Amino acid sequence: MNKKQKKMLLRIILTFILFMVLLVLEHTGVLEKLQSPVLLFFIYLIPYLMIGYDIIYKAARNISHGQVFDENFLMMIATFGAFGVKEYSEAVAVMLFYQVGELFQSYAVGKSRQSISDMMNICPEYANVEEDGSLIQVDPDDVEVGTVIVIKPGERIPLDGVVVEGESMIDTAALTGESVPRKAKPGDEIISGCVNGSGTLKVKTTKVFDDSTVAKILELVENANSKKAKVENFITRFAKYYTPVVTIGAVVLAILPPLILGGGWGEWIQRACIFLVISCPCALVISVPLGFFGGIGAASKIGVLVKGSNYLEAVAEMNTIVFDKTGTLTKGEFKVTEVLPEKESGISGEELLELAAYGEGYSNHPIANSIREAYEKPLSMERVTKAEEVAGHGIHALIDGKEVYLGNAKLMMAEKISYTENRSMGTVVYVACEGKFAGTIVISDTIKEGAKEAISDMKRVGVKKCVMLTGDRKEAAEAVAAELGLDEVQAELLPGDKVTQVESLLKNQGEKEKLAFVGDGINDAPVLTRADIGIAMGSMGSDAAIEAADVVLMDDDVRKIAAVVRISRKTLKIVKENIVFALGIKALVLILGAFGLANMWEAVFADVGVSVIAILNSMRTLKDK
Amino acid sequence: MKKKFKLEDLDCANCAAKMEEAIKKIPGVNDASVSFMTQKMMVDAEDDKFDAIMEEVAKVCAKVEPDCKILM
Repeated sequence: MNKKQKKMLLRIILTFILFMVLLVLEHTGVLEKLQSPVLLFFIYLIPYLMIGYDIIYKAARNISHGQVFDENFLMMIATFGAFGVKEYSEAVAVMLFYQVGELFQSYAVGKSRQSISDMMNICPEYANVEEDGSLIQVDPDDVEVGTVIVIKPGERIPLDGVVVEGESMIDTAALTGESVPRKAKPGDEIISGCVNGSGTLKVKTTKVFDDSTVAKILELVENANSKKAKVENFITRFAKYYTPVVTIGAVVLAILPPLILGGGWGEWIQRACIFLVISCPCALVISVPLGFFGGIGAASKIGVLVKGSNYLEAVAEMNTIVFDKTGTLTKGEFKVTEVLPEKESGISGEELLELAAYGEGYSNHPIANSIREAYEKPLSMERVTKAEEVAGHGIHALIDGKEVYLGNAKLMMAEKISYTENRSMGTVVYVACEGKFAGTIVISDTIKEGAKEAISDMKRVGVKKCVMLTGDRKEAAEAVAAELGLDEVQAELLPGDKVTQVESLLKNQGEKEKLAFVGDGINDAPVLTRADIGIAMGSMGSDAAIEAADVVLMDDDVRKIAAVVRISRKTLKIVKENIVFALGIKALVLILGAFGLANMWEAVFADVGVSVIAILNSMRTLKDK
Repeated sequence: MKKKFKLEDLDCANCAAKMEEAIKKIPGVNDASVSFMTQKMMVDAEDDKFDAIMEEVAKVCAKVEPDCKILM
């Protein structure tokens, strides 16, 4: 509790004691002996002013500023009304209860603000820079690119950079939600916001603070609040009309029935006061944004940045998800997955790989690299007397004087070599030696860990269609799709085709259905922007992709998408619960009040009581497991 | 130019919404947001008149919520 809240608490306690004393006196008949209503009025005015002086002051001040329909004013009118009809104790009680509610509300909001800022407590306070042999602490903002900074064990990494000295394990949990520490050794890139383990690291910075990962993340999360969800906008609009409407209702209720029906004004004024107390939309105005804030917080806790409540809302309605293949579902690393020597040629697997490695010895193509990597042994290139590329087909080489052809089916056909066709999912390299087919090497991209699980999780949370887009060969794409359990696959696409594909999928979407595109951001920024929800890979994706995306997976783990869907659904559910609950109670008490069936107590409950309950409910969004 | 300010003693969410609306109506302000949760205000306004606009912003905020201070 802060100072202001403590002071309020003291006022509440003192007023409560005094009020209790007065109540006891009233019920034991002591006060009745006074025989003077004026005196009674003044006696009750003491606790009333004790608890409510600031309300009256604020109300008067705000009216002078032209702000009429605020809470303070309404509470003042309501309690004045109670005084007017000689319900003195009720006036004090209402004011007291209102202040208790306000205090609790401000405490609860403060508390959730605290827990969110704790969660986002990734901002480094200083950087250690070596100067004249001694370490000095400087503001990360003042460190220039290329400066060598020292990170001691347990310290937060202040800036992005490359390790130049030292080894350590780095805890990236604050950023990625990943609990297994990552190893950092000289030459490794490290990102700011992570916590250093037990080793001291010397790091050469590669970015200024404003461009570093931690500053970007903080900015994203802070700005997330300004992109409002539809529900939030609805509440803001609703609140604008709600208060005046209820207030007018109160005025009508106070004036019309006594005029038409005749009879006592007091009764109707009391009912009108009930309206006034309920007329503040606070329960909604606070709890709805708080719910979304908590949801975004819960997502960032598991390493997923959601850039606005509107995206969180969209994720909850997601029914189609489109994946880019390379880098998203697959690792984007090509590896030799199969070595198939032709039996008739009598060649061994090792020999086949050797031929291929020498044949590709001069090439820089990714496929050549992965073949050499698989061969492992160093190459003595003098064995290769000739190597030429046959464009679009492969390579023709002379190795130890033997004529070797390496390449695709077209090459084999061109050289009239009969070969065994291979229909694997990857890139297929046929090898022929001295005019005879020697065997096949298959190189494929490996499927990312957890990709299959991610797809089945997504299905479980209700995503109807999982689509994969790729520029790869049809067979390769279909094999991946089959293994992962995808519903649809579009292969052999040019980069520009992806946008068209996504657009045609978007056309088939219903009003309430949302489409997400997941990509690593390498030339798919336009698609990320075009989709309802663009999801980008944070750690290997480009800055442009993170900028274009609406949701960023900090550790590139596609499994997190299903978790975010769950968080967003829970958030929306809580927000809707709050809206229904708050409006329901308010409407109920308004109706009961109009017919004289509700008293001031119920009205105050419908105002602050409902607020507090809605806030507590909203705070649940923070705790997602 | 976009600038962020911290707010102190912003106690009511409804006021934050009202402040935001009032700031957006100031001539020269392109966009503004007042966040009750983070107690921060973002003002996007024309560069050359920024200081004058901020004075106006402070004035309208004081009108809505006199207790709330903008830390500039």
